[in-house]
Amino acid sequence: MRIKRIPQKVNHEISDLSESIDLELMRPLIEKYKNKKGNLIPLLQGTQEIYGYIPREAFLKLNSVTGLELNEMYGVATFYAQFRLSPAGKHIIKMCHGTACHVQGVTAITDELSDLLNVKDGETTEDKIFTLETVACLGCCSLAPVMMIGEETYGKLTPNQAAKIVKEIRRNEKLRENEKV
Amino acid sequence: MKKATVIVGLGSCGLAAGAGKTYDEFHRIRQADKLDFDIKRTSCIGMCFREPLVEIIDDTGKYLYGSVDVKRVDEIIEKHIKNFSPIPEYIIDSEKYKSEDSAFFDGQVKITLRNCGHIDPESVDEYEQRGGYDAMRKISNANLSPDKVIQIVLESGIRGRGGGGFPAGMKWKFARNNVSDKKYVICNADEGDPGAFMDRSILEGDPHSVIEGMIICAYAIGASEGYIYCRAEYPLAIKRLNIALDQARSKGYLGENIFGIPGFSMEIHIKEGAGAFVCGEETALIASIEGERGMPRRRPPFPAESGLWKHPTNINNVETFANIPWIIYNGPEAYARYGTEKSKGTKVFALTGKIKHGGLVEVPMGITIKDIIYKLGGGIIGDKKFKAVQLGGPSGGCIPEYLSHIPVDYDRVNETGAIMGSGGMVVMDETTCVVDVARFFLDFTQKESCGKCTFCRIGTKRMLEILTRITEGEGKEDDIETLEEIAHTIKDSSLCGLGQTAPNPVLTTIKYFRDEYEAHIRDHKCPALSCKKLLTYEVIEENCTGCMACARGCPVDAIEGEKKQPHNILQDVCIQCGVCFTKCKFKAIRLS
Repeated sequence: MRIKRIPQKVNHEISDLSESIDLELMRPLIEKYKNKKGNLIPLLQGTQEIYGYIPREAFLKLNSVTGLELNEMYGVATFYAQFRLSPAGKHIIKMCHGTACHVQGVTAITDELSDLLNVKDGETTEDKIFTLETVACLGCCSLAPVMMIGEETYGKLTPNQAAKIVKEIRRNEKLRENEKV
Repeated sequence: MKKATVIVGLGSCGLAAGAGKTYDEFHRIRQADKLDFDIKRTSCIGMCFREPLVEIIDDTGKYLYGSVDVKRVDEIIEKHIKNFSPIPEYIIDSEKYKSEDSAFFDGQVKITLRNCGHIDPESVDEYEQRGGYDAMRKISNANLSPDKVIQIVLESGIRGRGGGGFPAGMKWKFARNNVSDKKYVICNADEGDPGAFMDRSILEGDPHSVIEGMIICAYAIGASEGYIYCRAEYPLAIKRLNIALDQARSKGYLGENIFGIPGFSMEIHIKEGAGAFVCGEETALIASIEGERGMPRRRPPFPAESGLWKHPTNINNVETFANIPWIIYNGPEAYARYGTEKSKGTKVFALTGKIKHGGLVEVPMGITIKDIIYKLGGGIIGDKKFKAVQLGGPSGGCIPEYLSHIPVDYDRVNETGAIMGSGGMVVMDETTCVVDVARFFLDFTQKESCGKCTFCRIGTKRMLEILTRITEGEGKEDDIETLEEIAHTIKDSSLCGLGQTAPNPVLTTIKYFRDEYEAHIRDHKCPALSCKKLLTYEVIEENCTGCMACARGCPVDAIEGEKKQPHNILQDVCIQCGVCFTKCKFKAIRLS
């Protein structure tokens, strides 16, 4: 059981963000799935699509509008690997830890990125650009070792190449940020 | 001269290898040079090790080019398309030119993958040009009764390709015999088995074949609604399925009174999985569609009797459904011609690991493991020694080299302690440590255990602790016996397939590689030089240039030495992280 995915303590920083959560965004989603049987997972998936994670306020909203029990929703959200209860970085790095990738040495690559970004599995970098995650299998086994950033899949990696890709993305993000300023 | 057609393989693997850029480059040059040739896309051709793959069809035949990155596009257009002179060095396979990689296709029989790599997966017309939906038309035109359809599936001998190997026709029969006003067909596309990707390739390459298979099943058992439960990790598969479902609806292949059969209606929905391996188990999958935690339920009642929302339900996996239209159209004898006595037809294997030619292969049942690895797969990378092959993922086991003469057949594979599973075949060479592989799988099943059954929840955790201890050189004398005892208890007392099979990787590695376990425990040595904690890193003085790259990288300052002088690793400080080994550019760090 993936106990570590359940946050052990309430992060006050996150609660402070609550004012910025626009619950109106959920309206079309709720309209679509309200009163449909088996709607719990699609509702949670849709909510995560909107906010990048499932904020506490969204749970409360779903509870008041659809009548789904909070404990039931929390039970489902913590059961499946897909759901997040805290905000993720802009880019999610999914490191494939499937069999083929394992045999081809993906652990060394994950370690390299973990050192480079100074985060552990499931954590988000301080600059909120990256979240590093290990996943079971991305299904590109013949290109092992593989990682996926956003929708892009990178294959036949070495630790150096992976670091280079991540650095490049970070540099572009920083450039974009500076342009905005 | 007919116009040439360029077909680019755009499956997930191809895209990861840069096929998207190759595809764009063909478009760019065609426009820039105002050339006249067609560009099409297809999906996985199966030859993952030579991606990106491009096929060129012109008057003189078909030419399959491999490793076509952006830089080669220009040259191929210049020579092949403009001047009609193919480039033999880049060609993998054609009538005239063969390469050593051509062997990959020899011995393959494509039934499940009949359309993959041949059609544009986003075009229903191309599917129909190759006989798509003809099986359903045959049923309608020849007035085949549902019982007759089930009879054909039974006679073909096809067994569930998801791993269990239960005869598909029997499953259909049970679902048919249960009377209800509402029945469901579910396609299990929750391919969670690490090391297997045939279902993804079929969905990305030939989604209509799965949809047609489901429609046939619905007709046979009397269902009117279907679900495809697909992993969220397969975004391209989901996209193409959605396109295919829309096409099927607008063509009238889904909806009410379809194929001119009065009263036969069918609608299919896609459910995205949320990431839980246990949802590959049919009762857990049903719970997940119902919006609950994906926890298995007690059987009986089986889904055929009481499944989704307590209605009779038939679940098969992607590969099984993809075979069905072919079987109906060509007849059961055509299918049963391939295979062994009790395992009929063909099976798709995902060939990965330390193998030269990794990819998807479809072979008749009964071919030996050795033939798959050496004839189709080209042997082991770097011609190292072949040690074992892992079949069936976390539920399967390792088959050692000396048993690789056994044929792939459900029952023969089971005898070894492994299972056929969904067909993931991970090849391991002498540098792979089997204890570490067993630990890897236990780590996986331990995380993925849903927690319902005590022995699976706690037992896998304890086994993982013991295995981790062994790989770190802290093993105890009676660890192997303890592992075996817990393993059998978990097998005996778990409700679903996950727990019942989770100990298999450990049991088979103990059975075939007990000496390696003993070497870890007694001598604190890893014979494969893979378990980091059991290694010593040493500097090879002759090779060391004194560049200090290793010393700078060492996280614990265990490397001493002057610049331009050979360095030395302080063994009592070293934490065996391996950083020096990866940093060194002069092969001056030795492992022992």
